[in-house]
Amino acid sequence: MRGPLLTRESDGHQPLMLKGGRVVDPSQGLDEVTDVLLADGVVEAVGTGLGAPDDARIVECAGHVVTSGLIDVHVHLREPGGEHKETILTGARAAAAGGFTAVCAMPNTDPCVDDPASVGFVLAAGQRAGAARVYPLGCISVGQKGERLTEVGEMVEAGAVAITDDGCPVMDSGLMRLALEYARIFDIAVADHPEDLGLSRHGVMNEGLVATRLGLRGKPNASEDAHVLRDLMVAELTGGHVHLQHVSTRTGVEAIRRAKERGVRVTAEATPHHLLLTDEAVEGYRTDAKMNPPLRSAADVEAVRAGLKDGTLDVLATDHAPHHYDEKEQPFDDAPNGIVGLETSLGLVHTHLVRGGLIDLPTMVERMSVAPARAFGLSGGTLRKGSAGDVTVMDPEARWTVRTEHFLSKSRNTPFEGWDLVGRAVLTVVGGRIVWEAGWG
Amino acid sequence: MSRLVSDLGKDLVGLEPLSANQIRTVLDTAEPFKEISERPIKKVPVLRGKTIVNLFFEPSTRTRVSFEFAEKRLSADTVNVTAAGSSVVKGETLVDTARNMEAMRIDMVVMRHIASGAARFLAERIPSNVINAGDGWHEHPTQGLLDLLTIRDHKGRIEGTRVCIVGDILHSRVARSNIYGLLKLGAEVGVCGPPTLLPVGIQELGVQVFRRVEEAIEWADVLNVLRLQLERMQSGFVPSLREYNRFYGVSSARLERAREDLLILHPGPINRGVEMDSDVADGPRSVILNQVTNGVAVRMAVLYLLAGGTPETAESAKHAAES
Repeated sequence: MRGPLLTRESDGHQPLMLKGGRVVDPSQGLDEVTDVLLADGVVEAVGTGLGAPDDARIVECAGHVVTSGLIDVHVHLREPGGEHKETILTGARAAAAGGFTAVCAMPNTDPCVDDPASVGFVLAAGQRAGAARVYPLGCISVGQKGERLTEVGEMVEAGAVAITDDGCPVMDSGLMRLALEYARIFDIAVADHPEDLGLSRHGVMNEGLVATRLGLRGKPNASEDAHVLRDLMVAELTGGHVHLQHVSTRTGVEAIRRAKERGVRVTAEATPHHLLLTDEAVEGYRTDAKMNPPLRSAADVEAVRAGLKDGTLDVLATDHAPHHYDEKEQPFDDAPNGIVGLETSLGLVHTHLVRGGLIDLPTMVERMSVAPARAFGLSGGTLRKGSAGDVTVMDPEARWTVRTEHFLSKSRNTPFEGWDLVGRAVLTVVGGRIVWEAGWG
Repeated sequence: MSRLVSDLGKDLVGLEPLSANQIRTVLDTAEPFKEISERPIKKVPVLRGKTIVNLFFEPSTRTRVSFEFAEKRLSADTVNVTAAGSSVVKGETLVDTARNMEAMRIDMVVMRHIASGAARFLAERIPSNVINAGDGWHEHPTQGLLDLLTIRDHKGRIEGTRVCIVGDILHSRVARSNIYGLLKLGAEVGVCGPPTLLPVGIQELGVQVFRRVEEAIEWADVLNVLRLQLERMQSGFVPSLREYNRFYGVSSARLERAREDLLILHPGPINRGVEMDSDVADGPRSVILNQVTNGVAVRMAVLYLLAGGTPETAESAKHAAES
């Protein structure tokens, strides 16, 4: 049976030899069948014919893919305040089960993470979890109110890797300017949820024919586009690094592409659901298809796919947003936004985008490991000698069906229940220690 | 007769999922029921022993009373629950409210709710028949049906008739039910209102959009004029009721360009002097009170059909009391 296997014998001191897998590391242009040796928590060597130390655990990886650990820079772990939806422990385990060696925890908890003590809490709880690494983000504004800048430096010293008011867009352009300027001191990204609230006007799904038919309030693409353009302009003005979260519109993708061409410091996310679903998934008032930004039109999905392929959207992130079942068991207007993603992301991306022919496997690893590490300045994202011993081993031929009852996450809110997928993580290694192992074969 | 799959299915959630034949069945079934309300003793034992809950989460007078008359004239036992006095204000969820009703062994629920999709939500979760008495902006199927019946009464047919819905289409469940029902029965449908109150993509449903009410009036055989809610002005969709009346109000002067036999409907309650002037509402073209009368018959038909009755037996059912 599946379960988090906290292997005592390999607690970071026992060397680990991953033998004979297809090793994919785009950070050094590597894609070949070879061995990876981890020792003392770091990558000791990559190559064939490596002599394993006597006490090493040897894992046969023939037929499997061995990559630098996957990183999800956009997850909601809900602790503190929303422990009925998820905790840092359950979220970190769900991440490991999904093949992620690290996640970035959004600070819109209750209370929100807007001071160094809260950052320290998340960091410590993540370390105690002993699964995927948990990197805290801090809020941009005190209390996420969009008014006054937080003690960004204090939070960075406590362990915050970036700042964001995710869940609430930064509506005040002046505050966004201050945040981007100030964050340059610490060389961190300012992540923004791009949405002009005036234009989205309490919409609950994408504006269009489906919303019109269902009688649901729509959010137009323009509500996202206007905010993306605003953020790009302010980033250009300040020279700061803006990270645009969950981009879902064709105009937004194109604006980011143009901004990158002229050297604006911008990184941007695509989510599996915006790559795979349109607003038609809302049909029947399915609250598991309610998220923010909403699922958009087929033309937008095509543009998000093109953006992921050409690297305009350089980071694949899930926006893992757990909610308790009875919160989603409500009329559509009343149900909260968001779906869980940690345990389906790799399978969905591999099945529909890699096997589906949009991107190749190295590009998938680039978007799910290398670029996320680079965007937020995290360790990992590479198998270079001496780097963190964070590795994901996946079986690219494993056929499985999404069954929410098998999730390690506390929540079950996904529109992908019952989807047949090919490819999943079988071994997740953090700091040289196995934190997740599936039954082989 | 209960819990059979009726000609309509288990529930009446909207007109969009119904076929043209199902809609015609309701209209045909309503015909014999019209007469019951004209009798000195307005009661037949068709739903005797059935328990019906009228669950109104939004204020409503006309629709609730119309349903209640329909239920009582068919001899059902009815209970009215309104949001203000219910456990909803104590924080109970819709699912729990529904389950508690169900636990008291009821047969049907008539529900009005502020959220689009609420009727379907309920229908998927309880075995009782669910009738949508208006869910958010989505549908108000019995209003659509009574509008269809009224048009058919006065025009003799629906196919080929040009019906224009005027006003706040965006927030209107009446508009959506009318559009689905009219299109299925072969009418030509137009909508007219300020662009702030027209939903995006409405043309894709197969309706014609009129920007100016004068054009709509010239085009139409039937005008269905919607109520402009005061909240729309407060949230800025229209600057003022006065200005709305000036540009979209249906007045006698504007009707001079109309066809001689133009029919005027309004789902009520009317804001006199806003969407419609009094002399129009009270004038010869207005069939607003006929709509109200037909509302009872249509709702009797829906209740009867969902309870397992068939249109063929409706005529004999209404004589049941006499036998």
